[in-house]
Amino acid sequence: MKVEQISIFIENKSGRLAEVTGILGKSGVNIRALSLADTSDFGILRLIVDAPAKALEILRSHSFTVNKTEVVGVEVNDRPGGLAEILSILDKNSVNVEYMYAFVERSGGNAVIIFRFDNVDEAIHVLVRNGIKVLEGEKISGI
Amino acid sequence: MIWNDEFETLPREALEALQLKRLRQVVEKVYATVPFYQRKLNQAGVTPAQIKSLDDLRRIPFTLKQDMRDSYPYGLFAVPLEQIVRIHASSGTTGKPTVVGYTRRDIDNWSEMMARSLTAAGAHKGDVIHNAYGYGLFTGGLGAHYGAERIGASVIPMSGGNTRKQLMIMQDFGSTVLTCTPSYSLFLAEVAAEEGIDIKKLKLKVGVFGAEPWSETMRAEIEQKLHLKAIDIYGLSEIMGPGVGIECIEAQKGLHVWEDHFIPEIIHPDTGEVLPLGEPGELVITTITKEGIPLLRYRTRDITRIIPEPCICGRTHMRIERLSGRSDDMLIIRGVNVFPSQIESVLFNIKGVEPHYQLIVDRDGTLDTLEVRVEVNEQTFSDEIKVLQTLSKKIRHAIKEMLGVTCQVRLVEPKTIARSEGKAQRVIDNRTS
Repeated sequence: MKVEQISIFIENKSGRLAEVTGILGKSGVNIRALSLADTSDFGILRLIVDAPAKALEILRSHSFTVNKTEVVGVEVNDRPGGLAEILSILDKNSVNVEYMYAFVERSGGNAVIIFRFDNVDEAIHVLVRNGIKVLEGEKISGI
Repeated sequence: MIWNDEFETLPREALEALQLKRLRQVVEKVYATVPFYQRKLNQAGVTPAQIKSLDDLRRIPFTLKQDMRDSYPYGLFAVPLEQIVRIHASSGTTGKPTVVGYTRRDIDNWSEMMARSLTAAGAHKGDVIHNAYGYGLFTGGLGAHYGAERIGASVIPMSGGNTRKQLMIMQDFGSTVLTCTPSYSLFLAEVAAEEGIDIKKLKLKVGVFGAEPWSETMRAEIEQKLHLKAIDIYGLSEIMGPGVGIECIEAQKGLHVWEDHFIPEIIHPDTGEVLPLGEPGELVITTITKEGIPLLRYRTRDITRIIPEPCICGRTHMRIERLSGRSDDMLIIRGVNVFPSQIESVLFNIKGVEPHYQLIVDRDGTLDTLEVRVEVNEQTFSDEIKVLQTLSKKIRHAIKEMLGVTCQVRLVEPKTIARSEGKAQRVIDNRTS
C-alpha cells in the first residue's frame, strides 16, 4: 500500500528543473506526480514515476543527490470537504502529516492525494480502519 | 628504515656544530655575492664575522616573499647562471612568480632529502611510486621524482590530471606508493568509486601527501577511503621544494625537518620575535647548504610549532607539528582570524558531511560576510526541507561555536565545488576585487 517516491536535491538555478525532467524523459521514465518544495537556496523535487529504480539510477549517474521514501496515495472524494474529512481523521488519530500534494490525474471520479507521514504503517492503519481508500503502489505508478 | 643513518641520527651537539659551521659559510657567501644580502646585513649592522653562535642568527634580518618578487627573476641567485642547472618557479597567484635556481649540488642535496623523506614514509627499493604531483615549474613532480629514483624505486611520472588514466595505471602497473596533494587523493578515491574500481584490490600501501594544508580528520578519511598510510610531507619552492620535512611512518606525528640543511625557527608573526621552544608561530627557515639561491631567515608564512620531545624513530632532527594553516590563507572576518583548515575540521565532525566545501568572503557595506558552501550527499539529503534546514543550522552553529564567527551556510549540489586536480580552491575572497 506504499508508494515509492524519489526526491532530488536541486539548487535554485535556472534550468535545473528542465534538466532533471529532460534526463528522465530521454530515458523513457514517465512522471506521474510531482511536488517542488523550495527555500531561497535550494529545492527538493519529489516525484512519483512509473520506474523508480531506473529513475534513481539515471539521476545518480548524472551526479544528482537523490533518495527514496515511502509515501501513501489516498483517494479523496472530488467534492467540497473531501480532503478536510481525511485530514480530520488523521488529526483525531494523532497521525502527523509531513507534507502532501495532489496527483495530476484522477482515479475514477476521485482525486488522488500523496501523503508523506513520519509513521507510514500507523497512518495506513488509521486510514483503512476509517474506510478511506488507500491506493496500491503499483496502481499509482501505472495510472 | 633510515636512509642516511649517519646524518639523520647525528647527536644534537654534533648536529648543531655542523649547523653553525654551515651557517657561517652561507652568511659569508651571500654577503660576498648577493647585493641584496650585503645591503640588508649592512643596514642591520651585522657582519658575517659576528655570527659566532646559532643564537646570533636572530641578528640577521628576515627575507620575505616580497624580496624574492622584487628581485625577479635572478636577483637573489648567489652563483652565475652558468652554474644553475634547473629553474623552478612558484605559482604567482598575484603578479610575477617567485623564481628559484638549483646548482648540480643543490639537485643532489634535494634528491638526498627527498630520498630520506620517502624512506621515512616507508617507501624503498622495489616500490612502484605513482607520482601524481605536477611536473613543470612546480617543484612537486620533479622533486619527488628524483628522490624516488635515488632510493631505487620504480617511479611512474604521472603528473597531475587525467584521473581515469591514473586509476588504470595504478591497477595495471601495481603502484604501491602514491605521491600527490591530499585533496587529489580524495578525488582519485571518488572517481574510483564512480568507476566501480575496488580500491582494496590496489597495491597502494603508503601515500605521501603535501603542497596544501590538511587535517588529522582528512588523514583519517584518506586512510579509510584509499586503504593506505597517509604521510604528511612539507616543502616550499623558495626553500627547496618537497622534502624539507616529513613525518616518519613510525610515529606519524610531526614532521622531521632536515636540520643539517635547514635551520628552523618559530617567530611571532606580528612582532618577529623568536618564540620559546614549543610555542606556535610562523616558521622561518634558513638554508645552510643551498648554493643557487640561499635564503637567510625566510618567512614561510606557515603556522606551526616545534615539538621539543625526541621522536621514537631515532632521528635526531627536530619535528614541526602538522601545519595549522598559512598566515597568507588566514582570513580576517569581522576581526576574527579564520583558517580554512579550521572550517574543514568543523565539517568533518558533523556526521555525513563531506569535506567538499568552499568559503565565499564578501563585504556588505562595511560588514564582512562569510558564506560556507557545503555539498549535499545522499547521507545528508532528505525529502524534507526541515531536515536540510536543520543541517545548515547545525553547521552554522558549530562554526560559530568553534571559530566565533557567524556565517551563512549554503547547501549545494554534489560536484558543484570544483574538484582539484592540483590544489583545491577553498576560498573565494571578493573583498579585494
